[in-house]
Amino acid sequence: MILKPHKEDIKAIGYYLGKITLGLGFTMLIPIIMGFASGEFNPTLDFLISLELALIIGLVLTKLCFTEKDLDWMQGMIVVSLAWLVAMALGAIPLYLSGHWKSYLDACFDSMSGFATTGLVLVCGLDHLSYTHNLWRHLIMFIGGQGIVIVALSFFVKGFSGAFKMYVGEARDERILPNVINTARFIWVVSIVYLILGTLALGIVGLLNGMKPLNAFFHGACVFMAAFDTGGFTPQSQNILYYHSLPFELVTIVIMVLGAMNFKLHYHIWMGNRKEIFKNIETVTLFITVLATFFITAIGLNQLHTYPKAIMLLRKGFYQLISGHTGTGYQTIYAPQFINEWSHLAMVGVILAMALGGAVCSTTGAIKMLRVGIIFKALVQDIKKIILPDRAIVLQKFHHIKNSFLEDRQVRAMLLITLLYLVLYGIGSIVGMWFGYPFLSSLFESTSAAANVGLSCGITNINMPAALKITYIFQMWAGRLEFMAVFTLAGFVVAAIRGK
Amino acid sequence: MFESQSHKVTKSQDKCKIKNLVFIFLTCVLCLVSCDLFAQPISSTELINNTKEYDGKVVVYAGEVIGDVMARQDHAWINVHDGNNAIGIWLSKYLTKDIQYTGSYKAKGDWVEVTGVFQRACLEHGGDLDIHAQKIRTIKSGSVVPEELDFNKGYIVVVLSACLLLIWILTLLKHK
Repeated sequence: MILKPHKEDIKAIGYYLGKITLGLGFTMLIPIIMGFASGEFNPTLDFLISLELALIIGLVLTKLCFTEKDLDWMQGMIVVSLAWLVAMALGAIPLYLSGHWKSYLDACFDSMSGFATTGLVLVCGLDHLSYTHNLWRHLIMFIGGQGIVIVALSFFVKGFSGAFKMYVGEARDERILPNVINTARFIWVVSIVYLILGTLALGIVGLLNGMKPLNAFFHGACVFMAAFDTGGFTPQSQNILYYHSLPFELVTIVIMVLGAMNFKLHYHIWMGNRKEIFKNIETVTLFITVLATFFITAIGLNQLHTYPKAIMLLRKGFYQLISGHTGTGYQTIYAPQFINEWSHLAMVGVILAMALGGAVCSTTGAIKMLRVGIIFKALVQDIKKIILPDRAIVLQKFHHIKNSFLEDRQVRAMLLITLLYLVLYGIGSIVGMWFGYPFLSSLFESTSAAANVGLSCGITNINMPAALKITYIFQMWAGRLEFMAVFTLAGFVVAAIRGK
Repeated sequence: MFESQSHKVTKSQDKCKIKNLVFIFLTCVLCLVSCDLFAQPISSTELINNTKEYDGKVVVYAGEVIGDVMARQDHAWINVHDGNNAIGIWLSKYLTKDIQYTGSYKAKGDWVEVTGVFQRACLEHGGDLDIHAQKIRTIKSGSVVPEELDFNKGYIVVVLSACLLLIWILTLLKHK
């Protein structure tokens, strides 16, 4: 028998959702300050309207649903899944008000793409967008990359024990420090330190590339936020191709790889344990899969002699590949070039890289390296069991911060999430083909959306069917939250309708 | 006599041939000049979708200069947007001297026409799709776009501020 949710459940969900909405609203103060500083008054008004709406909704929810009860697992998961939808809706308001998005759905698409650190865009006239809106586009990637709930945990909703439930709901099941709030704060410290260093590096490269100082550092900050959070937005419509610069591409590669690393690994490296980087199952797996997928891509590109020189193969082939593998989605080629100039094999190489993703507890989406590494170890263990005598006890070890033995329970969980990702990639592909797009293009774009990558072969544009836009929004949301929070919400809705 | 007559015939034939050659030459020159003067710019979509067809050929491309003029020693990069896509243009630095405005939130960039060699995967620039400009001319000068305050948005801000204040006061009263 399905039980109908209690009033207390709804109150707890509403209360914490209200707090997160208030936290999100306050983040809009940053573009407002930017708007005043750059003398962009209409964009500032867009953000004032959005801020006020967020505060009204947040205040009403916290007052109407006030509770002192802590969140249980179900409530925590539902708060997280709804928080991402609320963030999308609120984040889309200033975008839509700017007039650069054809419809509110398009603005929601870009807002979810930003928060989920995907990078697919439906904006029109990006090259004429204000600094204020551009900062917001990249800031939502920065917020989404760390985790919307983490923003609230770190600065706003401090000191409640339900924090861990929401933290897990946001696809972060690893605690770096014993306290989840300290973990959230550490993630912010890491990100802010890298933000300063990354902005300086990209800004200096921009200056040397001949950009105006203000633009160089503004672009530096924006590109850093989108690269470290493996997002993929840029302030200009040509993406990274706008800069026409090898040093710029090299710096973004370093930032993308840093963003794809586990925050726990960052912590150990910061604490002086540099050997961990060479021993960790995730970094080892990442190294192997990057090599393997690049090998496939390079063979594919060589089939059609797309890039006859090694430097071209690296700047075009490897760049798109590492961008896809880390889940960033930065491009140095135009979307139709994937279809027109890349062979099917080369595209499959990039699709595989996108589907695999970066590390767990990082800002990337997709299946992730820990799962890939553990599934491979489990396969090796099973093969050993077949080969070795029946009496032999086969134990498989792996190193992730500490040495651990592989457990069936662990492998089952990893396989389940991997299977769900594959299903999600498949759903988007089928919907794409339903609307008449070819199989490979549909698979490419679907994987890019569900794995929160942002590389596009041209399907994503303002004229694509609304149903496909909604499908990609769903994929970005479900892929970012790694399913559990989404399933809990679905179960909650079913219980509310059919429960007794 | 027969010989002298035949000489005359060949001379007049030669004159005719020369006239024909001059005519053909002039027609060709005129065609080339008119092509250059009245060539229709190719759209970015056409170029990007048919890279192999245009690779290494001289093309005419027109659009708005957006973003920065990025000087690199004696050359520079500009990005020209034709309404669909922006394409990078590699040109001599002195060719950028006439560019007054570049497109941004506060400005409409100069509309320029670029004649240059289209590269599908430029050997010089790491495989970039670009155009190496031979000449550039400004078709329409850009301008600063003055920002007019949207009063409707201003009214919404005032109304929402009032609502927010009311809710805040109500919550304070509820606390008491």
